[in-house]
Amino acid sequence: MSEFSLWDIVYNLLLAARWTVLLSLTAFVLGGIVGLLLLMVRTAGNPWVVRFVRGYVELFQGTPLLMQLFIVFFGLPLIGLDVSPWVAATFGLTLFTSAFLTEIWRGCVESVGRGQWEASASLGMNFTQQMRYIVLPQALRIAIPPTVGFSVQVVKGTAVASIIGFVELTKAGTMITNATYAPFTVYGCVAVMYFLICYPLSLFARHLEGKFRNVAR
Amino acid sequence: MAYKFDFGAIVPHWELLVDGMILTTELTVIGAVVGVGLGIMGAWARASRAPVISQIVGVYVELIRNTPFLVQLFFIFFGLPALGVKLTEFQAALLAMIVNLGAYSTEIIRAGILAIPQGQIEAAQSLAMNRVQIFRYVVLLPALKKIWPALSSQIVIVMLGSSVCSQIAAEELTFGANYIQAINFRAFEVYFVVTGLYLAMSILLRMGLKVLGNFLFERRRHV
Repeated sequence: MSEFSLWDIVYNLLLAARWTVLLSLTAFVLGGIVGLLLLMVRTAGNPWVVRFVRGYVELFQGTPLLMQLFIVFFGLPLIGLDVSPWVAATFGLTLFTSAFLTEIWRGCVESVGRGQWEASASLGMNFTQQMRYIVLPQALRIAIPPTVGFSVQVVKGTAVASIIGFVELTKAGTMITNATYAPFTVYGCVAVMYFLICYPLSLFARHLEGKFRNVAR
Repeated sequence: MAYKFDFGAIVPHWELLVDGMILTTELTVIGAVVGVGLGIMGAWARASRAPVISQIVGVYVELIRNTPFLVQLFFIFFGLPALGVKLTEFQAALLAMIVNLGAYSTEIIRAGILAIPQGQIEAAQSLAMNRVQIFRYVVLLPALKKIWPALSSQIVIVMLGSSVCSQIAAEELTFGANYIQAINFRAFEVYFVVTGLYLAMSILLRMGLKVLGNFLFERRRHV
């Protein structure tokens, strides 16, 4: 058995942190795409679709992320899909992210005045054109700060993926702790690394918030 | 080889789920009361003119808000004993929830306090109210009323987040679920049912907080 120096701990955690970043990015991008699709079909306004999306959001906001990951991890094999922790974590976090983002963006789209829709309809635009040229460009500006802010929640959410056995930063921390018996140091380092990923995002979100508020004024 | 669902396999173990729900509720209620109390103190410190205390609270808030709850929990449960602080699973889970909610509610309540117009405070001063009276009646209550929906959402998030406390063997609802699926190997069925229980609990909690908000802020008006 070799001894772990502080550098060994930090180095191994950094290697694992790559997976945290990769999982966060994947879940955020895929979740954004699904969220955008949900937003589109919801805004188009079929009452059944609206009800479905509302239920979808309620389901993912009203249950623990850990349960969502468990259900994906243990549920997908039942329909014949053999899933690795990576696939289960990506899939679960994508659904989780999409539910939150679609809800955030719904608020932004609704904040675009009714008159904008009516004016563009009177110009003979169809739904896609209205969305593309009138509503989304305006909604996007309001949407960016809270979206960046939510990315912090996604990064923190990836820690839960350690519980289904995906080796990212938190799981690596547990494994190194089991080898070194130095939980204070290891989890301290783990926390610092999450902070280094999340804090810049938080600051950026705050900066954008201030910037867009000034524009609105 | 189609899988046959067997939700009946959970029934013999229903007591574990009830016990888990009771512990989750205990954690949430105590955590929410103490955590929001901590948040009120934190918000007061942030809004006060003592820069050192305000900055210390600011660092606390940012540290907690930018690290995962699971890591905070591990740090408290596995890391603190190195400093001589030994906690039981329940105490560690509760402490983590309090510290976590304390940081978020500091920020939420502070936003409410900042939204109180300066004129209100000046009016209270001209009525010769002292600082504590002003903070309590003119600043805190209207601020809490304004941010109550955001605070309620955060409390629900903390309740749902408590499911990871099963990882340090705090015997809450998810722990019960893990235990049952280890006995009967019906993982999907157990987690499906427990997800439903969490959903019901979060809906009930949100309703309860709404009623509490009405009670706290609407009736006070007439006093």
